[in-house]
Amino acid sequence: MTSNTLTIEAARNALRKREITAVELTEACLAAAGASAKLNAFVHHTPDLALEMAKAADARLASGDAPSMCGIPLGIKDLFCTRGVPSQAASNILSGFTPEYESTVTTKLFADGAVMLGKLNMDEFAMGSSNENSAYGPAINPWRDGLTPGGSSGGSAAAVAADLCIAATGTDTGGSIRQPAAFTGTVGIKPTYGRVSRWGVVAYASSLDQAGPMTKSVRDAAIMLGAMAGHDAKDSTSADIAVPDFEAALTGDIRGKKIGIPREYRMDGMSDEIDVLWRRGAEMLRDAGATIVDISLPHTKYALPAYYVIAPAEASSNLARYDGVRYGMRATLDAGDGITDMYEKTRAKGFGKEVQRRVMVGAYVLSAGFYDAYYNRARKVRALIKRDFENAFADGVDAILAPATPTPAFEIGKKSGNPVEAYLNDVFTVTLNLAGLPGVSVPVGLSASGLPLGLQLIGQPWQEAELLNHAYVLEKSAGFVAKPAKWW
Amino acid sequence: MSIDTETARKVAHLARIRVEEADLPALAGELSNILTFMEQLNEVDVSEVEPMTSVTPMRLKRRADVVTDGDMQDKVLSNAPDAREGFFAVPKVVE
Repeated sequence: MTSNTLTIEAARNALRKREITAVELTEACLAAAGASAKLNAFVHHTPDLALEMAKAADARLASGDAPSMCGIPLGIKDLFCTRGVPSQAASNILSGFTPEYESTVTTKLFADGAVMLGKLNMDEFAMGSSNENSAYGPAINPWRDGLTPGGSSGGSAAAVAADLCIAATGTDTGGSIRQPAAFTGTVGIKPTYGRVSRWGVVAYASSLDQAGPMTKSVRDAAIMLGAMAGHDAKDSTSADIAVPDFEAALTGDIRGKKIGIPREYRMDGMSDEIDVLWRRGAEMLRDAGATIVDISLPHTKYALPAYYVIAPAEASSNLARYDGVRYGMRATLDAGDGITDMYEKTRAKGFGKEVQRRVMVGAYVLSAGFYDAYYNRARKVRALIKRDFENAFADGVDAILAPATPTPAFEIGKKSGNPVEAYLNDVFTVTLNLAGLPGVSVPVGLSASGLPLGLQLIGQPWQEAELLNHAYVLEKSAGFVAKPAKWW
Repeated sequence: MSIDTETARKVAHLARIRVEEADLPALAGELSNILTFMEQLNEVDVSEVEPMTSVTPMRLKRRADVVTDGDMQDKVLSNAPDAREGFFAVPKVVE
């Protein structure tokens, strides 16, 4: 076993006991990442920077003053701005962009001594559920060649599952952490909206975007979330509330807790395997002493259409900044082209098909005459979706158990023909983004075809500690230890 | 709601994305398909509901309206496709 397969927990303990150095651990990850071209997970490698950071981490470890993340090699989703390192959001329109500043999340992680190995593939501007909408080409699922690792944080999920890094950052606007985690047998948590600063993370839909960790275990997610979370004056929506010790909350005791099973999540098109897995997951929590209750979230079926109004509307506004003037690319202009030609040609050349589609849908639903019919109506439905959850929690439910995805990982190209069909992938995950709630995806079993399957636990606002404890119990009961056999 | 070619042209222009004339009918079809999907929202009774404005009920923090950062012209311009004499350069905008 080489050290790149370690969890954060195991690596932290080995580093603190000086059984391994941060440089050795980083070199093992760099070697794994360097030999993973077929997965197309890492899209910018930063080996020199990584070794420099690892040396600094070793000095800190030697001094005895090292936080949990000190010396831990990470992959960073391309959506995070990292100073001096290409940050393209997997878009051609940001080709050549190297930020002069560092996102708050990476600043915090690096301040704790974490090491950056490079930038990870994703769907362009985080728009997609299969990593196929990427200027770098699709990332591949390490579980099987030709399968998607999910998206948008597909490179992050693939890199963690393939042990190219110890953990990775992800972002989740409609399921972009939880769905790829489920597709790759890894753990991913989307925190409560406002728990993690969005500053320096390229914006997709600002009222939905939230960053979180993608890891090999629930404990790792707890450790890394603790390092990422916290108030940031530079993000006005970041919450000024204390960050608890998430790891300390992992007691494994959920006796007397009430787990809701939402009946509306049992829907057409869900595979039998997922249904069976869901029941088994509920039994595991019951065996651990929780009470299982049926609950109703009546507006669930309207979450997807509401999301696909609100997210494109916000995207059309956020992506207006890509105009070929301040950063990124500018299309080649013809003689006599004016400034509007420059905008239109640059955006036609720089944005991929799905991004163009969403920006145009957003422009349409916000345009005069349609604002009330689409955008305002969607925001009202969003309020109802949030109210559904509030009612369930008011009835004493501590957490909600649901599938993470309708199916296991699918083949690349299978759903790219029809946008609406591709959107259905997010059916179990978008509700949380609309309601601002935390959710965690935990690997629970394998499909008949040998692919990982995940379940999702949904928690109350700001209760990530309790939520992770539920996930910890589910993880222990499921005992999921399978790893992809190396083929790449 | 069905989108015609003319509306597709208008939307593309609103979004400042150049779409070739020949591609407009296909775009119109795609947009129609997506908007039809969204029309499920019309089934919901929203008469008593206020549109959501804030995901978590919190008051936005206020801060003094003062300059906290700046004096970094080189950094601001460092990623511009065309920067000249300390400015962003664009095609002529005034005839």
